[in-house]
Amino acid sequence: MSSIIEVQGVSKSFGGVVANKDVSMTVELGGITGLIGPNGSGKTTLFNSVVGYHPIDAGSIRFEGKEISNYQVQDIARLGLLRTFQQTRIYGAMNGVENMLISLPHRKMSIWDALKTNTSEDYERADHLLEFVGLYEKRMLKSGDLSFGQQKLLEFAMALMNEPTCLLLDEPTAGINPTLINGLIDRLKRANTEFGITLFIIEHNMRVIMNMAETIYCLAHGEMLAQGTPDEIQNDQRVIDAYLGAH
Amino acid sequence: MAKNKTILYASILAISFIAPFAFPAFGTQLATLWLMIIVALTWDMTGGQMGYNSLGNIFFYGTGMYVAAVIAIGLVYDVGDYTNAAGGGIYEFTDAQYFGGLFLGVFGAGVFCSITAVIIGYITFGLRGPYFAIGTLGVAIAAGELVSNWEWVGGGQGIALPVYPGDLDTGKIFFYFIFAAIGISVFVFVKWLYATRFGAAINAIRDDEEKADAMGIHTLRYKLITWAMAAFFVGMAGGISAFQLIHFEPLESAYQTINLGIFMVVCVLLGGKGTLWGPVIGAILFHLFKEVTWNFFLGWQWVALGALIVVTVVYFQDGVMGWLMHKRPEWFGIKVEAGAAGEAK
Repeated sequence: MSSIIEVQGVSKSFGGVVANKDVSMTVELGGITGLIGPNGSGKTTLFNSVVGYHPIDAGSIRFEGKEISNYQVQDIARLGLLRTFQQTRIYGAMNGVENMLISLPHRKMSIWDALKTNTSEDYERADHLLEFVGLYEKRMLKSGDLSFGQQKLLEFAMALMNEPTCLLLDEPTAGINPTLINGLIDRLKRANTEFGITLFIIEHNMRVIMNMAETIYCLAHGEMLAQGTPDEIQNDQRVIDAYLGAH
Repeated sequence: MAKNKTILYASILAISFIAPFAFPAFGTQLATLWLMIIVALTWDMTGGQMGYNSLGNIFFYGTGMYVAAVIAIGLVYDVGDYTNAAGGGIYEFTDAQYFGGLFLGVFGAGVFCSITAVIIGYITFGLRGPYFAIGTLGVAIAAGELVSNWEWVGGGQGIALPVYPGDLDTGKIFFYFIFAAIGISVFVFVKWLYATRFGAAINAIRDDEEKADAMGIHTLRYKLITWAMAAFFVGMAGGISAFQLIHFEPLESAYQTINLGIFMVVCVLLGGKGTLWGPVIGAILFHLFKEVTWNFFLGWQWVALGALIVVTVVYFQDGVMGWLMHKRPEWFGIKVEAGAAGEAK
């Protein structure tokens, strides 16, 4: 397998606070990669650096071999590298179907394509994906009225509608009812295998990430502490210490 | 439903057609009503549908006036000499020169305003919310001041255009029908536009621009195109106004920020922001209100208008359409139980 995202020696500070220090990692094409770490260890900062929310201080970030560390958010999104938000963001005033249709990949459209109305295939795809995440029955409701967990599922479906090459998920199971989590794990795995989307996931729920990811990276105090398979990570004394606060 | 709609549209068209003949005394008033509808509908394109409240759309109206006048005059005479004479010289226009100049001028005004919208938009679309409103207002005010000091286009005196060749009453009906034609075109155009993916994308920009960015929507490009489309129609409306008014000057009639520039916003708020019919209904109500107060409460008209604005902004933000949607959701196809996915609003 070749790598799709390569992060090399990335550092980022906010004033005197060092959020990421000389972080290096790779995301394998077509796989599921996890990123864990205690609160405040710099996971979301690393995500934001990758998707272009802020410039990095040092290092390089490559997507499909292309240097993207100086790109803006929308430029990176147009390359097919998409992210979901830790605080879910959907278009609350619109219903589920409208949310889905807006998420059609505009990066693949010319202005003339954009000036067409949505085709019946677009509606079918929207319905299909809403069914995939289990929101089909609620698709005509105003999405701002959905529960937080349902909004997360909708955001995930919207991301799939956008046909990304790689999807960065910031805590996909946070705030979701434990009984729904199993279904979500299953759907994430299917998105990976059926739609061929590379996943890069930040997750606090160990059970979830150990079940899904092939490779896991662990951050602590802004530095890359360990990497390996779920088994290796689970038995790594440094990781256990970091989580239990042994430093 | 479809049949009802056809009847509705047909009767509106019929009324529009008959109105100037049935009420000949109100010819200019009815033409102005169409102007209000045009500027309200185009303001709603950015203000209501895209979430960018521009106070500078009047810039396109004023610029449209000047561009149309300069084109129409420039085709026949030297513009500098013409404006220097300030209507005192002898400058004849044949019918062909008048109508040719009018149509080329009005079309040229639309194209020119589209281009300026892209340039100004490129600078001002970095601003959000009230900052965008103030920024665009600044553009309109600055343009008015600059033009009023530009002697080539008549400076503070403005420009006097040739009078409509022929009977004045026919002229009134002529201008009514051009305004009506553009008004109907704008309505048909935005009705189509809001049903496209483009329309959905500008709604996404309104609801959460950062999310739209993160989803890879070409936000800046879409914003520029939307404003350029609005500016095209406003510029044409300005061009026609120039010929209808015959004489216009920069601050009170062209770049009239505190009159038409604010009226268009009030029309949209009154009728309902972000809806197809809201701007039309708002323009009709506002124009009626304005004409009644101007005729029967002269001296108090600005007070009444100010009161209307305050009441609308404070107590009636959703406008007539928003209020109706709240009271009668079933009229708009909003059902609690799932309906067909493809159903229009």
